Amino acid sequence: MFADAAVAGAGLQSLWRGEQGARCEAVRGCQTGAIATAEAAAQSHSHQDAGMQTDPSEEKVQVLDLPQAGPVDYPGLLSFLQRVEEVVIKELHKNWRSHAFDGFEVNWTDQNETVSCLHTLSYPEAQEQKLQVTSVSWNTTGSVIACSYGRLDDGDWSTEKSYVCTWNLDRRGLDPKHPDLVVEIPSSVMCLAFHPLQPSLIAGGLYSGEVLLWDTSRIEDPLVWRTGMTDDSHTDPIYQVGWLQDSKHSRVFHALSVSTDGKILVWQEEKEGQLKLAEGFALVAQQIPRGTKLKKHTPSAVGATSLSFSHFDPSVFIVGVEGGYSLKCSTAVDTIALLPIPGPSIPLKAPAVFAFSPHGGPVYCVSCSPFHRNLFLSCGTDGHVHLHSMLQAQPLISLQLSKKYLFSVCWSPVRPLVFAAATGEGEVQLFDFGKSAQKPTISIKQTSNQSPVYCLEFNSKQTQLLAAGDANGVVKIWQLSSDFSEQGPREMSHLDQLANEVTD
Amino acid sequence: MAEVEETLKRIQAHKGVIGTIVVNAEGIPIRTTLDNSTTVQYAGLLHQLTMKAKSTVRDIDPQNDLTFLRIRSKKHEIMVAPDKEYLLIVIQNPCE
Repeated sequence: MFADAAVAGAGLQSLWRGEQGARCEAVRGCQTGAIATAEAAAQSHSHQDAGMQTDPSEEKVQVLDLPQAGPVDYPGLLSFLQRVEEVVIKELHKNWRSHAFDGFEVNWTDQNETVSCLHTLSYPEAQEQKLQVTSVSWNTTGSVIACSYGRLDDGDWSTEKSYVCTWNLDRRGLDPKHPDLVVEIPSSVMCLAFHPLQPSLIAGGLYSGEVLLWDTSRIEDPLVWRTGMTDDSHTDPIYQVGWLQDSKHSRVFHALSVSTDGKILVWQEEKEGQLKLAEGFALVAQQIPRGTKLKKHTPSAVGATSLSFSHFDPSVFIVGVEGGYSLKCSTAVDTIALLPIPGPSIPLKAPAVFAFSPHGGPVYCVSCSPFHRNLFLSCGTDGHVHLHSMLQAQPLISLQLSKKYLFSVCWSPVRPLVFAAATGEGEVQLFDFGKSAQKPTISIKQTSNQSPVYCLEFNSKQTQLLAAGDANGVVKIWQLSSDFSEQGPREMSHLDQLANEVTD
Repeated sequence: MAEVEETLKRIQAHKGVIGTIVVNAEGIPIRTTLDNSTTVQYAGLLHQLTMKAKSTVRDIDPQNDLTFLRIRSKKHEIMVAPDKEYLLIVIQNPCE
């Protein structure tokens, strides 16, 4: 009944493909409406050309005096000013009459009551030779002090070598007996001065009349420029060197030297380390106004010992001369000096315009006030300091500060009423016109054996420091008390008062 | 316009006045009688200081406000009159 059977499979054809194909077969169409276009043409029917040019007019154009357009007007500015004007004027008025702050002084920093010696610097080799400190100078940053060793007491030519030494006071491990730099010089160095802007450049003047420039950053060979001994160089010892600002470029300075041969020479750096004479002045007795005592029939030179430029007018300077008086001089003169011996390659000018009444002996130092355009100090061998106004021949004040010589005098760079003087008795005297007009406020003993102090200089950056060099070959750095290093109220008006006490 | 200048002139003509500066809300000087660099320095610094003083006064008491600022120094007296939009700075030398 049962038997194997093989049933054939049933085949079914897929329909979905066909269906899908059939579904997509709908035909759709679309069309945009016809775009309407039109053509048109345009043309101008006539044209014209024209040319024009202006001719330079012969007449002068009259410039109208139009009022200058005022600054932009801001909305609300006027109403603001009107609002505050009354109150501001009231306060200004009140303030002007107020004495609430008279004598009131705030001390933000610790007061230094005493003057103390910070450093005692010396170069033992120079001291062994019994050389003296002839000049000191601070550099422009106020951290380096330079001193020159030489001799001021015997005026003899010598072949003894001398030294220029520098110490950096801010350096750690400062050794007061070991200078950072020692330059050996074959002749006695009389004076030196740091460049007013470049911290490493020093100018120095020698007994032989030569001017040298050293660069302290070149330790191996610091000498960078020298004048050599030519017809242009000085024939007498140089008593002061300085730096003169160029009349055109305010950052360019030229070395300047003052000598007892009566010449003031300005030097310019040339190639191969040579200094060339750029400008020069000569003081001749005949050409000095009111210099009646010195008049002779033959032209004779007047030895200059010191010079100080006005801080207000760069063309004005004061020269102290061996004859004992001070001269007001100007760089802007045209008169040619009548030299007794024609020498220099360029004509020297006669700068003196006014002579002040003399000291009892040669003037050693002059110093122009940094705070008043007419005031200057002079000192000399008569032991007197004269406070002069440039407007009159007689000194405003004459003070005897020493029984011996006075070698140096210097205004404080911060206190308008303070100056320092170096005496032949070995003292540094600080004088404050605000405290007393007769006697020094403080007298510091620099040397124990009464040997003279030859030079001093205030530090204009670290204003509490004062450097002084003496005949024992020692430079002392003094730290001044606060009353000498901080400007008090009403000092300027006091100084004005001093300057206006003109006696007829 | 002229009135603004006249008002400033009146203030400047007062005894001991060294300079007058008007500064706007951004601290930019718009009128001055001093030279450029001094003006810029004074304007910038005093604007900052006045803003600081103003916020100090307000922080202490929100109902309060700064009306005037006077600074006494060794050399000068500086007066600042503040306002929403401007500052008037007057520098006076009080020494008689």
